[in-house]
Amino acid sequence: MTHLKVPTVIAAATVAMALSATASGARDLTVISWGGAYQDAQRDAFFQPYQELTGQTLIDEPYNGELAKIKAMVEVGDVTWDVVQMEAPELENACDEGLLEPIDWSRIGGQDSVIPDAVMGDCGVGTIVWSVIIAYDEDRLGSDGPQNWADFWNVEQWPGKRSLRKTAKLTLEAALMADGVPADEVYQVLATEEGVDRAFAKLDEIKDHIQWFESGAQPPQWLASGDVVVTAAYNGRIASAVEEGRNFASVWDGQLYALDGWAIVNGSPNVDAAYDFIKLATEPENQANLSNKIPYGPTHVDAIPATDEAVQSQLPTNPDNLQNALPIDTLFWIENVEQLNQRFNNWASQ
Amino acid sequence: MFDHSLSGRERVFVAAAWVFSGLVIVFLVLPIVAIIPLSFTSDSLLSYPMPDWSLRWYRELMDSPAWTRALKNSLIVAVGSTCLATVLGTLAAIGLNRRSCPWPILITAFLTTPMIVPVIITAISSYFFYSRLGLTNSFAGMILAHTILGAPFVVITVTATLKGFDQNQIKAASSLGARPIYAFRTVTLPQILPGVVSGAVFAFVTSFDEVIVALFVAGSQQITLPRQMFSGVRDNLDPTIAAVATLMVLVTFGALGIAGLAVARRRRKFKP
Amino acid sequence: MQSSTYSTEPELRSGNISGLRRDFAAAERRQKTGSLLLLLPLLLFTIVFFATPITGLLFRAVHSPEYASFFPNSTEHLQSSGSFNERFYETLFLDIRSSDEARTSGRVARRLNQDQSGFITMVKRAVRASRSAPEDITSYQSWFLDLDDRWGEPDYQNAIRRAVPKFTDFYLLATLDMKRGETGGFEKSPENQAIFVNVILRTLWISFSVTMICVLLGYPVAWTMANASKKWRNILLLGVLFSFWTSLLVRTAAWVIVLQKEGPVNNALQTLGLIDAPLQLVFNRFGVYVALTHILLPFLIFPLYSVMVGIPKDLMRAAKSLGARPVRAFFSIYVPQTFPGLSAGAILVFVLSIGYYITPALVGGPKDQMLSYFIAFYTNNTINWGLAAALALNLLVVTLVLYSLYQYIIRDKRLRLGGDDV
Repeated sequence: MTHLKVPTVIAAATVAMALSATASGARDLTVISWGGAYQDAQRDAFFQPYQELTGQTLIDEPYNGELAKIKAMVEVGDVTWDVVQMEAPELENACDEGLLEPIDWSRIGGQDSVIPDAVMGDCGVGTIVWSVIIAYDEDRLGSDGPQNWADFWNVEQWPGKRSLRKTAKLTLEAALMADGVPADEVYQVLATEEGVDRAFAKLDEIKDHIQWFESGAQPPQWLASGDVVVTAAYNGRIASAVEEGRNFASVWDGQLYALDGWAIVNGSPNVDAAYDFIKLATEPENQANLSNKIPYGPTHVDAIPATDEAVQSQLPTNPDNLQNALPIDTLFWIENVEQLNQRFNNWASQ
Repeated sequence: MFDHSLSGRERVFVAAAWVFSGLVIVFLVLPIVAIIPLSFTSDSLLSYPMPDWSLRWYRELMDSPAWTRALKNSLIVAVGSTCLATVLGTLAAIGLNRRSCPWPILITAFLTTPMIVPVIITAISSYFFYSRLGLTNSFAGMILAHTILGAPFVVITVTATLKGFDQNQIKAASSLGARPIYAFRTVTLPQILPGVVSGAVFAFVTSFDEVIVALFVAGSQQITLPRQMFSGVRDNLDPTIAAVATLMVLVTFGALGIAGLAVARRRRKFKP
Repeated sequence: MQSSTYSTEPELRSGNISGLRRDFAAAERRQKTGSLLLLLPLLLFTIVFFATPITGLLFRAVHSPEYASFFPNSTEHLQSSGSFNERFYETLFLDIRSSDEARTSGRVARRLNQDQSGFITMVKRAVRASRSAPEDITSYQSWFLDLDDRWGEPDYQNAIRRAVPKFTDFYLLATLDMKRGETGGFEKSPENQAIFVNVILRTLWISFSVTMICVLLGYPVAWTMANASKKWRNILLLGVLFSFWTSLLVRTAAWVIVLQKEGPVNNALQTLGLIDAPLQLVFNRFGVYVALTHILLPFLIFPLYSVMVGIPKDLMRAAKSLGARPVRAFFSIYVPQTFPGLSAGAILVFVLSIGYYITPALVGGPKDQMLSYFIAFYTNNTINWGLAAALALNLLVVTLVLYSLYQYIIRDKRLRLGGDDV
């Protein structure tokens, strides 16, 4: 008798428990970011202080920029993410499609408190300036590894796999720069059909040598394990690895930089908590704290002076690092991101 | 090892087959075993030679709320779906194996299709279907979906034990005045228990190791151990993965060992 | 027919036969109801939570309501007259305006873009321009063409025509790299969209290769196990079971770790001096073959072994005593008897591998991804749910056909899953 009853009772109890958990609907503030060393730093600088300040639990989860996941959530009306960190073009597109809540700036300190670019359309609050740079391991290549995108393409001098991000954005720009297009003409070229063909033709040259990364944690890890010889990588991740004792070199020549912003998912049941969180994450001391842990540029006007001297030289916006730098063109990608990604993905899977 | 009627040449073949089989077994076992020591490395790289032994990554695991929460979630989902699958599956198997059951082959085939339909299809169809019912991002949704995947195993294992079960015993019991439920408890259940237990183990392991449904149906509060591992392997491969893997190997074999012992004891008891 | 047997019984002849028959039938009915009652919970559960969702998914493969729902004016125009005249552009303008307010233009744009790349940009521009459009547009056609020439091009107009009906074969055709032309006939998809035949062939080829590797590796193992002493048989069996029961993710993770550039395999090969530089063993086709074989091999060994155990040992001896040479006797007498187990195992491995997702996703590169990956990709990353559903339909059909074949082969009871020896 006990044999049948025990599992039945447990089953009934579990199902009842699970159902009641759904029915109540209340859930903790859920913040989505880019994982790895960056999210670890955010945990120290933002997530923990938020929990201590409010006494509320905050759940953070990594993603790899899948905008479609938000689309699906909003379309079926089952919103489980509250605050999401997004890149500018994706953020503004999502805003246009009604996937995000318009931001009420008066609740987070006003637009004047941040640099102008940090007002990202109607729905975004800029949080960091990040950059994609070239990185390699000096323990393997010595100090004279690849020095620019053309070198990155040079598989004779530096044989082995190289890693690029598996998106059209960043990859097409890098290909054109490797093909000799100066930084300030990249988007003029890319705006034409021939320019896009040219970028793909350049990528074809090293297609078999590319190991695509999808999350920011992968490039430093692959450099360390020797899986790739040189990689495109987020500057902060490389700096973190150096902090941990790796001997990685960061090449700033031809860096691509842009802003990332916070957005609130339309239909989130935690909008008030979301504003509290964004406000806290925009405070200059918290932003400086983040930059000290991982060198991405802050967006609050008072935050840069508050960061450590040593860190400032590693920020993407430091004048020394802006040689041949390419600011990623948000407007261009707002219009072209979906169709260039479509072509890119079909190209990559063949 | 050798059959004495074999000629010299045949012995060479037999020996070759042995060596080859040994190598295949090594291929099956070694990669799994090879990562166990790596979980005790003091370095953050997953490669030999290891600089030193340390429990650093196990400590990291225990201290990480993400991993402990994942373990808890996995247990909730696996226990819930195992119970549900075991009850539903056992009842169905008994119904199916009665002589009076209509179209048993057809119904069995239908009930066991979730086993053979690629999980990605089950996962995305559940995702679309559940989201309309508000069951995505809930434990209930995860348990229901995993029950679908686990129940076929229970049906099959219980059916296998019922094949050797003499239905006349039930008739005998009821002719002696036993009510059906009493007869089930005292006559049927003890004999099919090995099948029920192994079915339950299958269902548990299926759920405990399932990641695709978890990728689509689970929300951030239901992240399971395999799903946490999946993102770990994909995004951030460090020795914590090796440590989790080691623990999972231990848990799986612990569960199997217990189930094996239980079944063996039952068998001894009921076999004349 | 049974009544004739009964009627020979003397006591029945004297009793009320029809009454007895009624009792018998009633008992039978009760029994039947009892069986159904036991079956019902799982049956209903499976229908509601498995069959219904899958039917719903397959429905998405032919359902495309976006254009008709969100652009009703131009839909009505095209359905009644079917021409791209001034009236069409006027209704389109109305639709663009109202969808901007409802924030639904993005969904229509995405649907059109699935067919013809470029629509996202075109619709987005039109939406933005419509906000500042003058009240009195004289020609809506030239308003659209001024924004973008492509609004007037046949390729783009055909895409709109294809998007109008609520039920469509667009997605299913797309999985075969085809689309309907202007007159409704089939034509090939443009080159940068025609990737699916390749993906389907790749999926079948990877599965076939893995099956063959499993046969080559598994056959000797099953044979050795079947012919070994009890002790050795158990040792070998334990090895296979250990691997079989280990978590799929643990095994996949293990391969990623073991095959890394500086992982144990490359380490060992370099220490032995067999290679100078580490080899690329993972994130490519090789890694997929190795990991899939590792995971699926037990599914071949078990059924094969259970057939081999049942083959009498003296058969080979008899053949030899009749003068057959050993190798020939093996292939002409022994191997054919193992065919049921071999084919059951091989089909099982094949069926399981065409549906695999996790392992190729983690150990393969972009050129090694199989159907399942694309189903997940179109569901999650590009939100092209129609195409995902159509690909799922393809995969489901192949799987079910092969599974029926498998069921047909395992009519032989020794091979049933869940037999005592598995």
